[in-house]
Amino acid sequence: MKTIYMDNNATTRIAPEVLETMLPYLKDLYGNPSSAYSFGGQVGREIRNAREQVAALLGASVEEIVFTSCGSESDNTAILSALQTAKDKTHIVTTRVEHPAVKVLCNELTKRGCRITEIPVDREGRLDMDRYKESLTPDTAIASIMWANNETGVIFPVEEAAKLARNRGILFHTDAVQAVGKIPIDLQESAIDMLSISGHKLHAPKGVGVLYVRKGTKFAPFLIGGHQEGGRRGGTENTAGIIGLGRACELALDRMEEENTRVKALRDRLEKELLSRVTNSRVNGGGAERLPNTTNISFEFVEGEAILLLMDEFGICASSGSACTSGSLQPSHVLRAMGVPFTMAHGSVRLSLSVYNTDEEVEAVIDKVPSIIEKLRAFSPFWKPEAQACASGT
Amino acid sequence: MWEYTDKVKEHFLNPRNAGEVKDANAVGEVGSMACGDALKLMLKVDDSGKIEEAKFQTFGCASAIASASALTEMLKGKSLEEAENISNQDIADYLGGLPKEKMHCSVLGRQALESAISHYKGQAPKEQEGEIVCECFGVTDKEIEKAIRENNLATVEEVTNYTKAGGGCENCHDAIRELIARVREEEAPAKRPKLSNIQKIKMIEETLEREIRPSLQQDGGDIDLVDVIGNRVLVASRGACAVCKASELTLTNFVQAKLREMVWPELTVEEVPQ
Repeated sequence: MKTIYMDNNATTRIAPEVLETMLPYLKDLYGNPSSAYSFGGQVGREIRNAREQVAALLGASVEEIVFTSCGSESDNTAILSALQTAKDKTHIVTTRVEHPAVKVLCNELTKRGCRITEIPVDREGRLDMDRYKESLTPDTAIASIMWANNETGVIFPVEEAAKLARNRGILFHTDAVQAVGKIPIDLQESAIDMLSISGHKLHAPKGVGVLYVRKGTKFAPFLIGGHQEGGRRGGTENTAGIIGLGRACELALDRMEEENTRVKALRDRLEKELLSRVTNSRVNGGGAERLPNTTNISFEFVEGEAILLLMDEFGICASSGSACTSGSLQPSHVLRAMGVPFTMAHGSVRLSLSVYNTDEEVEAVIDKVPSIIEKLRAFSPFWKPEAQACASGT
Repeated sequence: MWEYTDKVKEHFLNPRNAGEVKDANAVGEVGSMACGDALKLMLKVDDSGKIEEAKFQTFGCASAIASASALTEMLKGKSLEEAENISNQDIADYLGGLPKEKMHCSVLGRQALESAISHYKGQAPKEQEGEIVCECFGVTDKEIEKAIRENNLATVEEVTNYTKAGGGCENCHDAIRELIARVREEEAPAKRPKLSNIQKIKMIEETLEREIRPSLQQDGGDIDLVDVIGNRVLVASRGACAVCKASELTLTNFVQAKLREMVWPELTVEEVPQ
């Protein structure tokens, strides 16, 4: 059975071009870039090249790129650095729908005496900018607002949020793990101080990330050790990973247009067809500005894990915000923050595409999913086909 | 992804007895959409008290569907008396086991069965017994105590796995700890080995060292064992705990609860100046 991979917000395949670029550094070119001899030095050169490739995708300069081990490390570094460099400030502004890398860290920080303000979102997942403005105080050490939401693809106005923070002398960080490579980013023109990237979300391997740190930003390292990354992140470089990520950023720049035309068209078709073929379904965040590759659809009166496992029978990979798949007993914090009713939240399915998806795959999903929902609804005690017209109003 | 047995997968993919029994005379409905799973069990019991037909409707994950399918298979052909003896563990065993986080699916089956049997016997659908402990999932103390007793549960996490209680806002965790201690105490005389004083002190020291002090130290606090007199554990607070207004709460809700859980259910913790 062929795998139909539509879970690209979870992770992506390594682009063949990326793998090819990496392989020599996993085989013969194993030198340490810090070494004095040219066997190591040649690896150092490739890392500098990768730094340029990443900087080009972000509209940044090379000194502003710090390689890390993952998006979570980048997020942790940014927030902890802000607290450490502004010792008298203990307030953090973030959102209710952040990735756990930010959300759980902030929960932890409350135990260490920090005050956290989580900005709410509306029913479409849009950020409450008035509340955001009000919550920036002289005590605020950092505002950390994700660029695009991993579950719904909803894009936040981070450029505007960053300006508001800067006007008040507050550092601004954004978790851009889902946005980078999918929408154009130009940090030259923005007030963003720090930005996190994860390699494996844009066709580079797992185990490599980036923290962008604007020139002039006060910074305290998270991982303390050697002089690597200009003293901002100790630890011998993940050379192959970094070189792969550089190549992936170059590819992403080339493919940005395809992502926003062909991939977007695939997503739109998928969404439109599923909504029209399955009654009592809706798109979560459909009314907001969204990433071109993501759709989050709720199928009322059925449960997400059951949907995913039946999709798995056809080789279709997706994820769900239902309780049983969230690893807890409650549906996704993102859907709850949006006020998605329980009848809908438990039956949510996220499909996230990439440039590797094809028309045929989209057709296959459109063909299979409606019968899966029908099968589960057939024995759902809440599914009363004749009464649905009324119930769907809830 | 959950590790399901082949039997769970098979029952999920091909559920037996899904649907409605039109002339059912024993119907049990439990769970709700807000909780994330719900089960309606429909039985037709003949005049001799034998279950002729069993069907279900369910809203839930793969293991909820498989548990319902398994339960109906187990019920068909059984007398009501035999059916009454089916426990949630029997349902899980029939499926070759369930992931521990999914045991509540088997408990849901058992609850639906109880509810169907009382419906058949003409008893009004059981009024909710006991007090709600877990507000998030509407679980009562009676339900939690029953699960603790029947499955010999010892930690909050296990109670959550079996009943869902405590899986939401976590505000009821202390209450669940107390219920565990209470049930343990009731059952203690038969099961509990006698501890010598030296054993007791050793266990208290170990528990303090392994389970309690690391958490307190995270918050800048600490605690020292001063003495143990009978079931009275005398301690002195250090660091942040010594000046913290909430330290009294920490002592009873955390230190005492933990010592009761790990060492001896009748221990009381007292603070002494040092």
